Amino acid sequence: MAPSIDMEARFLDYVSAENKVEPKDWMPDAYRKTLVRQISQHAHSEIVGMLPEANWITRAPSLRAKLILLAKVQDEAGHGLYLYSSAETLGTSRDQMIDDLHTGKAKYSSIFNYPTLTWADMGAVGWLVDGAAIQNQVMLCRTSYGPYSRAMVRICKEESFHQRQGYEIMMHLARGTKEQKAMAQDALNRWWWPSLMMFGPSDDQSPNSAQSMAWRIKRKSNDELRQEFVDKTVPQAEFLGLTLPDPDLKWNEERGHYDFGPIDWAEFFAVVAGNGPCNTERLEARRSAHAEGTWVREAATAYAAKQAARRAATAPTAKASAA
Amino acid sequence: MKWDTCDASVQYLLHLGDDALILGHRLSEWCGHGPILEEDIALSNLALDLVGLARQYYQLAAQRIGNGMTEDRIAYWRSDREFRNHVLVEQPNGDFGDTMARQFYFDAFHFLQLEALQHSSDIELAAIARKAIKETTYHAQHSSEWVVRLGDGTDESRARITASLAKFWPFTSELFEPSSVDRAAHAAGWGPDVASLRGPWLDLVQEVLEQAELQLPEGHAKLLRGKSGIHSESLGFLLAEMQSLPRAYPDATW
Ligand SMILES: [Fe+2]
Ligand SMILES: [Fe+2]
Repeated sequence: MAPSIDMEARFLDYVSAENKVEPKDWMPDAYRKTLVRQISQHAHSEIVGMLPEANWITRAPSLRAKLILLAKVQDEAGHGLYLYSSAETLGTSRDQMIDDLHTGKAKYSSIFNYPTLTWADMGAVGWLVDGAAIQNQVMLCRTSYGPYSRAMVRICKEESFHQRQGYEIMMHLARGTKEQKAMAQDALNRWWWPSLMMFGPSDDQSPNSAQSMAWRIKRKSNDELRQEFVDKTVPQAEFLGLTLPDPDLKWNEERGHYDFGPIDWAEFFAVVAGNGPCNTERLEARRSAHAEGTWVREAATAYAAKQAARRAATAPTAKASAA
Repeated sequence: MKWDTCDASVQYLLHLGDDALILGHRLSEWCGHGPILEEDIALSNLALDLVGLARQYYQLAAQRIGNGMTEDRIAYWRSDREFRNHVLVEQPNGDFGDTMARQFYFDAFHFLQLEALQHSSDIELAAIARKAIKETTYHAQHSSEWVVRLGDGTDESRARITASLAKFWPFTSELFEPSSVDRAAHAAGWGPDVASLRGPWLDLVQEVLEQAELQLPEGHAKLLRGKSGIHSESLGFLLAEMQSLPRAYPDATW
């Protein structure tokens, strides 16, 4: 039976009144679909996003830096877990979602298709990429779907440490030798524009935005979030003594915001389409980790089944002998 | 710096720290590539514990050396001939079964070693051991569970873990052959007589293998002297990667 218009209208009233939707509540199919797509894409981003940073764990230049980076990347794995679990409450299994990632059906954040070339990239990624992610995630703490919102609250607590550790790396480099400072500036040059692209196309170019706003999944537009991020980040760059690679960047007194130059959306769409510098490598790394782990997962499943069977076989006997 | 002529207690700390750092480093290579997300997290936890432990040993060693010595100088500015870890822990990760077999053998040894070090006459060392044994108890439980799970899982996993256990078996003899530093440490009451740990170690290993109905591997002990700085070929590559940045930018601090 098709849901009545009435149900949809009531749902809209319900979320508009800032109520949370829980897994067993009725929800429009399109709402469920949008959420599964968004949450799984978010989960995949956490997992694929481990790779560019894991690339430097074995080369971290101090033991302290090694521990901090490892803990940071491990957190991202945890975020992936929370998010897969919250997407599963909508009726799609983690295996299915992971399959969709591996076949290319599901997307992940395009930023992770850029290479991490120097240690300064660990600074720039933490500062800018996690920084941009936080902008989005803070908003999502108030998203209308309960399990997603609660996952976001947990994640946001950890994310501020991520951004701080990135900024701290940048600070060390910016205050360091001439080579270190050059390394920091180079990383900033390469990561700045892709970070701005993380918020997605402008509002008039994002077909799903309006609906997501109405459902209270999203609470701010891509452009609003991007502007907040720029306004927050410019003074941080100044404090480091580094230059943002945008000649058009300047404070606009009238708007009370920084103006910034045009984003190269052709680049963004090329990376989304699979033609970024590392798309192939990232997906291949995930696929092969999964494929090489198959026998381990099968063993764990088989062992668990045997254990359950053993318990079932011995339980009645134990009872009988006790009686 | 002449590492092999420094104070015996320092040399002992370097040996202990090197085992923890090198194994922790190997485990950290798994990050992002684990067979399942939960296990990716678990392997990172092991790596975090071990690198964290290495830092404690190195910090104590650095303090005893004095003259502005630091944990990072100890980790990043010694060559492979100056590292004093067991050859077992530097072995490449291989597949998940290899990593777990290597871990299983080492964890059982590490647990017994820390148990003894808790009562070290070197009270600062004893304090480190008392903290570390809690983590190591968990590590040993984790690797034992995987040996059982893989041994009693599918035919393929049983064949694989059997091969991995056999592969690393010859490396275990070095754990129980005292180096000159081990002897000095034992004589001073800082650490155990490692030869005496062999019996309890075999008991621990055998108990787990029996649960999985696996046989104790056969095979001869390898001639290994990692504790005297004679390593396998793989350590040089591990260090070249690990030490690359500080050595490329010797004037920099991070
Ligand atoms: Fe995250
Ligand atoms: Fe993060």
